[in-house]
Amino acid sequence: MRKLALSDEVLLQIEQPARYIGGEVNAVMKNKEDVDVRFAMCFPDVYEIGMSHLGIQILYDMFNQQEGVWCERVYSPWPDLDKVMREKQIPLFALESQEPIRDFDFLGITIQYEMAYTNILQILDLSQISILAKDRTEDMPIVIGGGPCTYNPEPLADFFDLFYMGEGETVYMDLLNLYRSNKAAGKSRKEFLHKAASIPGIYVPSLYEVTYNEDGTIQSFEPIEKDVPKKVEKQLVMDMSNTYYPKAPVVPFIKATQDRVVLEIQRGCIRGCRFCQAGMLYRPTRERDVEVLKETAATMLKNTGHEEISLSSLSSSDYSQLQELVNYLIDECDRRGVNISLPSLRIDSFSLDVMSKVQDIKKSSLTFAPEAGTQRLRNVINKGLTEEVILEGAGKAFEGGWSKVKLYFMLGLPTETEEDMKGIAHLAEAIAERYYDIPKSERNGKCQITVSTSFFVAKPFTPFQWASMFPQEDYVNRAKIVKSEIRSQLNQKSIKYNWHEPQVTVLEGILARGDRKVGQAILSAYKQGAIFDAWSEYFHMDVWEKAFNETGLNTDFYILRERDTSEILPWDFIDIGVTKEFMIKQWEMAKAEQVTPNCKMQCSGCGAGRYKGGVCIESKN
Amino acid sequence: MRVRIKFTKTGCVQYVGHLDIMRYFQKALRRADFDVAFSEGFSPHMIMSFAAPLGVGVTSQGEYFDVELRTVSSSADMVKALNETMVEGVEIKSIRQVPDTKKDKAMTMVGGADYLVTLKDAIIIKDWADKFAAFMEQKEIVVIKKTKKSETSLDIRPLIHRWKVENENALYLRLCCGSENNLKPNLVLESFYAFLQTELPAFSYHVERIDTYTKDFISLGELGEIIE
Repeated sequence: MRKLALSDEVLLQIEQPARYIGGEVNAVMKNKEDVDVRFAMCFPDVYEIGMSHLGIQILYDMFNQQEGVWCERVYSPWPDLDKVMREKQIPLFALESQEPIRDFDFLGITIQYEMAYTNILQILDLSQISILAKDRTEDMPIVIGGGPCTYNPEPLADFFDLFYMGEGETVYMDLLNLYRSNKAAGKSRKEFLHKAASIPGIYVPSLYEVTYNEDGTIQSFEPIEKDVPKKVEKQLVMDMSNTYYPKAPVVPFIKATQDRVVLEIQRGCIRGCRFCQAGMLYRPTRERDVEVLKETAATMLKNTGHEEISLSSLSSSDYSQLQELVNYLIDECDRRGVNISLPSLRIDSFSLDVMSKVQDIKKSSLTFAPEAGTQRLRNVINKGLTEEVILEGAGKAFEGGWSKVKLYFMLGLPTETEEDMKGIAHLAEAIAERYYDIPKSERNGKCQITVSTSFFVAKPFTPFQWASMFPQEDYVNRAKIVKSEIRSQLNQKSIKYNWHEPQVTVLEGILARGDRKVGQAILSAYKQGAIFDAWSEYFHMDVWEKAFNETGLNTDFYILRERDTSEILPWDFIDIGVTKEFMIKQWEMAKAEQVTPNCKMQCSGCGAGRYKGGVCIESKN
Repeated sequence: MRVRIKFTKTGCVQYVGHLDIMRYFQKALRRADFDVAFSEGFSPHMIMSFAAPLGVGVTSQGEYFDVELRTVSSSADMVKALNETMVEGVEIKSIRQVPDTKKDKAMTMVGGADYLVTLKDAIIIKDWADKFAAFMEQKEIVVIKKTKKSETSLDIRPLIHRWKVENENALYLRLCCGSENNLKPNLVLESFYAFLQTELPAFSYHVERIDTYTKDFISLGELGEIIE
């Protein structure tokens, strides 16, 4: 029997003890005597969230296929256990071996959202690893960051030894081999980091120096050693069909958020929405072979026993073999008694036909994401969806028996006017009217239109990376305008409106485009008790306000300022393939309300073509 | 047809709750390619019946659930196939065919269970075995059961069928179990310590269920037929 890190007494006084016991189906156990590299892979949020993340599952599988490497998992202890661990000085442990993280060679942390930043410090702190990279000793693990937020790693620069820019399937083995040879030669941590900086995609923050202008903007960002590259190049997988994919992912005992087989059909998106970071980072769009996907789906269902399968991608309707894949899955899943959960597909006759086969029309709803209320603003953000297309799709669906529609919008987009806000209400009203055009005898009672708005956060590596955001009160007013306009529509009783609280938006905005100076505020907020900021019950804006005041940071500098395109941005040293010239052009076109065609229609020369793969090659055939 | 599956739950999986164990077996039956019968509709589900929920932190040598299958292989083959999909701590002991009427469902049949309560050193008091005998000699043992709405008093003495001091730190109990009269070992311990006028510290004993029975104390695992 495995010995658990936590005692019976501790496990019985906390919520969901099964979060901390490991030993799940398909968890990988190795003999620690047989391995020379121990890697702790961390998602800094609670187990149920972390276990739902596909990227970690891919890397867990990849590492554990290597002889000599044992990759284990670690997640954030929930505040109830956090308290006990601090009181009893219990070091944070990995789920598989139940051994302390501080004894590992590597601690890899995936950074998926800004609101998890304090949880990263919690992980380091509970692991009894120095929070600041500069204080770490030879016996402590090398702390690596990866994931979308590393495309602006600067606010976290003080806490990580290195960052991995790009998709994990590519250079990790080079890094591990360097570690091995460095260790065999009896060389130091510092020497390892210095050499690692030359591996493509690896960024070692301690080897770069930043100087600032008087106004707080960056004056220079330079490597401190000659052999350290000035630019760090994003890594990506070009052959998506012959690469790692977990055939037997771990099956949690407790219900994870993603309690199903997840089949990633492609990476990247051809659409080029100007607010969307993923749409730029993962260029070029690369599809997986449909035959490989079919086989993978069947194997994964068999190995996990999951009762549901879901497709994953940024825009599934753009996958060229979607019909073939979905038809195969419908047959296969029917035979196995497995449900299919479809991602938001573009509403057309194919998707409506598929949805009517796999869902109960009366209960399910249609989803549209127009993102903005008027065509003008949709042009600004380059969201190709028009009112005509939405009404046509909704009309077909209503005639097919659906009566529920979900609409997603963003408020606070660059150039947004009151007209654009009110346009959200008008679009919802137009959809409702389309429903009531159907003769009463042929429709299912009332329609239910749910309008949800979130607030736009400007992200690095998007054409909106230069845009100003708004003060908190302003966001509330925008939501109020939408609300009152909805309430004055004829069919307002059929329209429900939800909006997100704006406090988180402001903080996300600061952290997303922050520089190295912001790191002190994160540390200060953490020291004052901030953890689980992504959970509204644990998020306290006053703690953060205090942290910014104490560290003397002017938050307006980060959110309420349109940056000049000549300014050195904190993330400019990263090369994602898409060029800055392209971003600037897109920013100008946004202001001129001009749209850019998608990658399949026409190449716009974003720069990702230099990877010579995916849509960049296919569209030219 | 309906089969009854007997399993053990020991070691680390004691911290996995009842609902999660149900989900665990739904997935395990799929991994083992059992030909399970599903309900109709857009969300087909397995037709299962678990005998008696086990609390978090309690281990067991005798847990049961029933499941409807469309076709079966031999009991021995099915036990082997399902065991190949298990995690450490869960072991399939037997699979037998049982009548598929409502009254024969595992959940309906449960009437009793045997437990072994192991006391940790912290709560062992002098001559506890004799004192437990005195406790059991009472004509009635009244406990106050608190529900959301009210408090009711209940005499638990008739719900304790057998008891035996196994050794200096272990107590065997045979208790009523099931939907009608359910008595958990921890309530017996709490009453005993109340009788002693001693505080019972939390997490100071471990409970293992030895087996689960019908109202007539026939093991649920002895009912039904082995499939050849």
